[in-house]
Amino acid sequence: MKPLLLLSTLILVFAGPVLASTNAGSGEQEWFVSYTYILAATSFILALKWLSHPKTARRGVMVGEIGMLLAIVGTLISHEVMSYTWIMIAFFIGAAIGVPLAVFMPMTAVPQRTALSHAFGSLAAALVGSAHYLLNTPDISTFHMIALVFEMLLGFLTFTGSMMAFGKLQEILPSNPMVYKGQNFLNFTLLGLAVASGVYMIIDPSALWMFPIFIILSLMFGVLLILPIGGADMPTVIALLNSYAGLSASLMGFVLDNKLLIVAGALDGASGLILSIIMCKAMNRSFTNVLFGAFGATTAAAKADDVYGGKVKSVSAEDVAMMFEGAQRVVFIPGYGMAVAQAQFAVRDLANLLQAKGTSVEYAIHPVAGRMPGHMNVLLAEASVPYDEMIEMDDINPTMPQVDVAVIIGANDTVNPIARTDPSSPIAGMPIIDADKARNVVVIKRSLSPGFAGIPNPLFAMPNTVMFFADGKKAIMDLIAAIKAAA
Amino acid sequence: MDINIFVFIMATFLGIEVIRRVSHLLHTPLMSLTNAISAISVVGAIIIAGQEYPAGHQYANLAKILGVIAVAAAFSNVVGGFMITDRMLKMFKPEARAKQQNEKGGQK
Repeated sequence: MKPLLLLSTLILVFAGPVLASTNAGSGEQEWFVSYTYILAATSFILALKWLSHPKTARRGVMVGEIGMLLAIVGTLISHEVMSYTWIMIAFFIGAAIGVPLAVFMPMTAVPQRTALSHAFGSLAAALVGSAHYLLNTPDISTFHMIALVFEMLLGFLTFTGSMMAFGKLQEILPSNPMVYKGQNFLNFTLLGLAVASGVYMIIDPSALWMFPIFIILSLMFGVLLILPIGGADMPTVIALLNSYAGLSASLMGFVLDNKLLIVAGALDGASGLILSIIMCKAMNRSFTNVLFGAFGATTAAAKADDVYGGKVKSVSAEDVAMMFEGAQRVVFIPGYGMAVAQAQFAVRDLANLLQAKGTSVEYAIHPVAGRMPGHMNVLLAEASVPYDEMIEMDDINPTMPQVDVAVIIGANDTVNPIARTDPSSPIAGMPIIDADKARNVVVIKRSLSPGFAGIPNPLFAMPNTVMFFADGKKAIMDLIAAIKAAA
Repeated sequence: MDINIFVFIMATFLGIEVIRRVSHLLHTPLMSLTNAISAISVVGAIIIAGQEYPAGHQYANLAKILGVIAVAAAFSNVVGGFMITDRMLKMFKPEARAKQQNEKGGQK
């Protein structure tokens, strides 16, 4: 709690004299606003710092909330704000949207909620930019105009892009990539036109007739950018949209000459950037490949019979229960399929049963498993799996040969050993969890259908692998029943 | 102006250094927390929605409407972002406490 103490001391030192002064003239009022902004920026950085470990993470949220509160109160009392009625109404509407989204959304829907919140954030930035432009044109300096145009471009395209991502994740829109001939050419042309119309406005800030054209082009580019993105590429794309939304807020800071906005937006932009890089590395692909490669749409799902023909062993719950008998170390490898089947609670129950018999249980998490960064961790945490049992791919791989049973539930491409062996495969070079090196492998899956990459998985045909064909949740519950019956 | 660029560059590098250290476990809460933090754009929206407009400006009403929508959109992230981050972080428990919860039958 030391840093919190430090922070409150800081608050007293900075804000105390201002609060204590009885004669709050407008000059001192502005000083107070500046102080609250400095404190808010500091608290945001602390919040992210404390997020580095689950032990301190909740403290980080609290400090972030305090910073936000300070900044909002500081702005409300600044001399720039004259009327409050509509602001209060907007607060009420915002809370009415935000609170239910935070409280009632099931954890499996977190990727959708995140996409939606990127849409709201970027919409706010785009609208503030638009209002600023309408009010001040043509008296805007070239530098401000550049920041303004890019704020609006990023804001509007992230808004429609995030709404598209939301639609795909919520499965209102088909989640597979939508591709057509000349797609990349059309996208680049559209982006070029949007930038060109923006540059025109920078050169001639009084060109109001260009403004609606610029907005429509930006909105359209956002839609077309996300059309060819498939479900399993969502982690990267959500991270990228996160980065855009942050940059847009930061550019708003340049336009309004507000350093707090610049700092907070830059932090968000940096976070999105780092996450996208981690996601790209975890798939051994580049940004351009994710955005313009239309992955999973073109690969021919050939030679599945060559890989599987006669070599796949299908087993029952009782057979799998026998494999757990005497196993020292069991590792669960979850994928998006676990989220779809809502199997995380059943997996936790099975793990408890195994641990009660003295078996060590861990969970191996691939960075791109699920639909957003860290998706599997949140689902397992929701099912009360302790975080010390969730192991990152790089940490668990060296010990995979000592694993007695690896249970793969809802994962496919992230455990496909072809990534190591076949340089011509679409997932060549992608780091995988080395499930094939475990002594025994149990794959819980409904059928032999391929994963997102559209290729067969030789792991399923290996001599030490058995397939347990069933729905994820039902399979685990049958396993629990079988283990209990055997005891 | 150049001070603003300086601030931006420093904040980006600081952000990269701090966020690189965030545990992979917490990448989803990280995203919702940074999302809540960047909802600080509510500050810009408040200034647009609450300022005194030049008398008789032809776009005053439109700008006010855009500002009010922006306040609502950003504020939904302020409230929702912090709340869901905390809701997620509450679920991350070390071994001992998670086991306690399991014995009580777990959540739900």
